[in-house]
Amino acid sequence: MAMSLAEKIIARAAGRDRVTSGEVVTARVDLAMIHDSGGPRKAKPILERLGVKVWDPARIVVVTDHFVPAYDAETAAIQKLTRDWVAEQGVANFYDMQGICHVVLPERGHLRPGMFVVGGDSHSPTGGAFGVYMFGVGATEMAGVLATGEIWLKVPETILIEATGRLGPGVAAKDIMLHLCARLGMDGGRYQAIQYTGDTIAGLPMTERMTLCNMAAELGAQAGLIAPDAVTADYLRAAGADPGDLAAWQGDADARPAETHRVDAASLGPQVAAPHSPANSAPVGDHGAARIDRAYIGACTGAKLNDLHMAASVLKGRHVAPTTRLLVAPASTRIAAQAAADGTLAILTEAGAILLASGCGACAGYGAGILAEGEVCIASTARNFKGRMGAGSAQIYLGSPYTVAASAVAGHIADPRPMLAEAAR
Amino acid sequence: MTAHKVWRFGDNIDTDVLAPGLYMKKPIAEIAAHCLEAVAPDFARAVRPGDIVVGGRGFGMGSSREQAVQALIELGVAAVVAASFGGIFYRNALNHGLLAVTSMHTESLRQDDRVMIDGMAGDIVNITTGERLACEKLPPHLLAMIADGGLVPHLAKRFAQGLTP
Repeated sequence: MAMSLAEKIIARAAGRDRVTSGEVVTARVDLAMIHDSGGPRKAKPILERLGVKVWDPARIVVVTDHFVPAYDAETAAIQKLTRDWVAEQGVANFYDMQGICHVVLPERGHLRPGMFVVGGDSHSPTGGAFGVYMFGVGATEMAGVLATGEIWLKVPETILIEATGRLGPGVAAKDIMLHLCARLGMDGGRYQAIQYTGDTIAGLPMTERMTLCNMAAELGAQAGLIAPDAVTADYLRAAGADPGDLAAWQGDADARPAETHRVDAASLGPQVAAPHSPANSAPVGDHGAARIDRAYIGACTGAKLNDLHMAASVLKGRHVAPTTRLLVAPASTRIAAQAAADGTLAILTEAGAILLASGCGACAGYGAGILAEGEVCIASTARNFKGRMGAGSAQIYLGSPYTVAASAVAGHIADPRPMLAEAAR
Repeated sequence: MTAHKVWRFGDNIDTDVLAPGLYMKKPIAEIAAHCLEAVAPDFARAVRPGDIVVGGRGFGMGSSREQAVQALIELGVAAVVAASFGGIFYRNALNHGLLAVTSMHTESLRQDDRVMIDGMAGDIVNITTGERLACEKLPPHLLAMIADGGLVPHLAKRFAQGLTP
């Protein structure tokens, strides 16, 4: 019987010739990723209670990204506990304040096609952009993985998203995802695997593919997946990872998806999600000119190098509106360095952007950049749940980095395309 | 079996509403004091041990933070019943021994109804209305884990039996 890409990876990890969607299997984990919020501070007491150490320190990556830099006694204590635990357990793969885990992992060459990976964070499906079956779990479940090196899962069905046509100017992978959130709903993924395919996807760089898989979480899927190709292999080689046998990690041509949804990328315009759900997405023009107090370019979803380039293409030669603040947190220190070297950061700061540390921070209300009661924000992040970025009465809109930058300049929600067209003339 | 009072919520109750990011660095008691406050400011004060929370679709969607589950446990919530759950929340709930029951018929449960739940049998009885609601049954491997009291006691038992990987 034909197998999907998800089934092939899970079968390999479960030590089976084949698996079928719906069956419950136990799989060996190739890599476990944890961060400062849900990682050591939760795993330590559980491992101590069980009287065990981690099953394999070489298969664990620890990243501090949620409470960085520490800003009070509590967060400082969490960071210290994390560092002490890493040393105590002998974990060599430790990235302390180097950026957001979902971006740091592939950037430092930890992901390769065909791997089966669990992450202690809900945006773990990001890794699926590299042909990796990767999903998020809670801290206690992760402690179980750290103790045993294995996890159970129900083999998922595959929901295929087939995107065709080339995205227009000022339109990005983020717009595809906001459109899908509105169309399928936040439980449309049914905790199954979403796989993206079609010529649109083939033409996207890895950063944009990561955005697609990242927001499979907002569709309620367990994992997002894109079959690896030459674009994947090039990225991996540059990151110092061996791409391996790409042909082994393709779904069979005759494997039947449970559902197929088609997206006409060429006709898609910029999308904006209104408060308080990504599913409240609609074309940017449908939202009127809502006032923006704060614009935020940040997070695993919206502050990779390509995202910063999108923002810079709008902000070059322009300035943020006097009534609006623009905060930018590059998703990793390496991205920040690249953006400094290629002139992107200068464009952003000359436009009035305030730079923040590379971390999850403002996206999830963890660090600097909290919203006050009644403030209105537009963000390149993935979630605009009530109260997520601070006060419960704050209003959060979501858009692509292009749309967030254009809105920062206008002081209200704005379509980036006229600004880009003007810049091109 | 005891009768539980229903706290009724709508669709898409997310993890950030259950455990707001602002309080995530705090101990669970403090996070619990803010549980659901963005949608029901009085909930954390008024809920009583043994009460249950009923949602619609997508209950617990969003973050992997298990404080969303632990806050409900801290407040004494006995079970969550919903039409569908965020996948990670669902696993977190069972791992912590919080009964999470999936039923397509949650719309018939109203605020302050009294219900009885038999999670093992997959059965809910609304004492207030006399209705019986069909629920999904849990698979055997999860029933075994719940019978042990959650994931950590389950693993402790496994390790004690020498079933190390």
